[in-house]
Amino acid sequence: MDMITIPAVNMTPILPEIFLSVLAMALLLINVFIPSGQKSYLGYISFVGVVAAGVLVGAGWGAPVESFSGSVVQDNFATFFKIIFLLSAGLAILISDQYMEREGCNHGELYPLILFTVVGMMLMAAGTDLMTIFLGLEVMSVALYVLAGFNRANLKSNEAGLKYFLLGSFSTGFLLYGMALTYGATGTTRIAKIAAIVGQMTVPSANIMLVAGMLLMLTGFAFKVAAAPFHMWTPDVYEGAPTPMTAFMSAGPKAAGFAALLRIFLVALPTLQVEWSQLLWVLAVLTMTVGNITALRQDNIKRMLAYSSIAHAGYALVGFAAGNGTGAAGILFYMLSYTFMNIGAFAVIILIGKKGEANGTVMDFAGLGFKQPALAVAMSVFLFSLAGIPPTAGFIGKFYLFSSAVQKGYIWLAVIGVLNSAASVYYYLRVMVYMYMKEPTEDFEWTRITPPIALSLLISVAGTLIPGIVPSVILQFAEQAVKLI
Amino acid sequence: MLGAYLPILLLVIVAVLFGLVSIVLSSLIGQKKPSPVKLAPYESGCTPVGTARERFSIKFYLIAMLFILFDIEAVFLYPWAILYKKLGVFGLVEMGTFIVILFVGYIYVWKKGALEWE
Repeated sequence: MDMITIPAVNMTPILPEIFLSVLAMALLLINVFIPSGQKSYLGYISFVGVVAAGVLVGAGWGAPVESFSGSVVQDNFATFFKIIFLLSAGLAILISDQYMEREGCNHGELYPLILFTVVGMMLMAAGTDLMTIFLGLEVMSVALYVLAGFNRANLKSNEAGLKYFLLGSFSTGFLLYGMALTYGATGTTRIAKIAAIVGQMTVPSANIMLVAGMLLMLTGFAFKVAAAPFHMWTPDVYEGAPTPMTAFMSAGPKAAGFAALLRIFLVALPTLQVEWSQLLWVLAVLTMTVGNITALRQDNIKRMLAYSSIAHAGYALVGFAAGNGTGAAGILFYMLSYTFMNIGAFAVIILIGKKGEANGTVMDFAGLGFKQPALAVAMSVFLFSLAGIPPTAGFIGKFYLFSSAVQKGYIWLAVIGVLNSAASVYYYLRVMVYMYMKEPTEDFEWTRITPPIALSLLISVAGTLIPGIVPSVILQFAEQAVKLI
Repeated sequence: MLGAYLPILLLVIVAVLFGLVSIVLSSLIGQKKPSPVKLAPYESGCTPVGTARERFSIKFYLIAMLFILFDIEAVFLYPWAILYKKLGVFGLVEMGTFIVILFVGYIYVWKKGALEWE
């Protein structure tokens, strides 16, 4: 009887994923055996788990390993993104407990779901095969759909979950169709092999199947990173989802979408760069402009940050349209800084909010500067960074992204980006005007700041300010990370 | 290269045409002798009672969903059973992992009370 040859499998590249999956399953079991009042412990355990996974991931820096016949890789690019995902998950876990307690939906399933999302995102960043990337995307998305609708008693949260699920699965269809066509045109799903085969084509842009595949994949990922015109779901989902999950969703999964986009387009399809960079040029301009213009008129702060999140995806697309090393490093740096500043801002929103998602407008920030000076300073740091004002990480990130466009000769793209950035200052500073120049409403009652949220705010402020003042600490890692692709 | 797919295209065209032609032809030249019994919707041979668009308990969905989930598990066990000896220890470990993961889900579902009808 002939034996089936079993491939030698090196588990090192997916060790953090295995660890997190096992932890998530263990938490799921612990959850059903402990009484409902003690779900916070699950949060603490998962936070420690995320930190431990961070150590595991960090240990792989600078030691590239390939496994599963080249469908998963541990390189600096994947490692950098994995750290972003773990940071966003860790911060989201820290800000979850108090909010979920207040909204009365402190179900223990929250933490395993967050961990599963992270596992999916990590596979997306580490995958070097279209199938691995797709599997990662599905693991991430399915867990996220549930997280968006996590507040079951709240109609808006239900709406968010359902909307995200329906539109998300539809866009996944586009993505899968694109991958199938790419496979049809090249005969492989391995990214490196696609690059080799496309490189041998005399005129790759004349291969209609390949171009159609590329376009459909771009559509699928553009949906995941909330780029216009595929952004319609974002405001409703971000507004309806529980606030900590909105924070998480806007940081981690967006970065994961960019990780997969960068790997597929820069590694597998560099020969088509002339074609896709023109598309991304248009996409970037649309995304920035739609996001910023619409955000100007929002009073609901979560909705405003949802549109701002669309605009930020646009800034990152500027670097992508440039498609050079500076642009890619800029995206990595920007995604990391965006994680800090955005989750930080959402942490403050959680503290402002009241039971039943009340107090969610810009006007509710009135007088924050007098009542809670420290919190107002933190919020100001995040808002300055989101607006791209020095000395914050947001400024350095935008500077990098726009200068990559200038390097590539896309002067107009950079100009439009800067103009957009200027327009965005209006709606970010509007919050600050309310914080420092308006009288507080009389029935002003303070939510207490619990230690986990305080810790998350501290990390976020540090993560926003330190790379803004000494950018090289992060930039050198970002530049090393993109050298491989 | 696309020429290789021509038979599939032909198959699709023939299949669509066959369906259309048989429906159209039977409605054009077939005999029609309708009676109330013939026009009633088919319900396993019983006389239909009430409308089909009734509301029914969400529990049915849950049970159906869980059934599919664990049914798939059984489907995956069959190929393993056939290749059990060829796959050896590797297959045992892989399937063990798979079953353990599903078992975690089973315990979760059980403890959550999703299997209780009342």
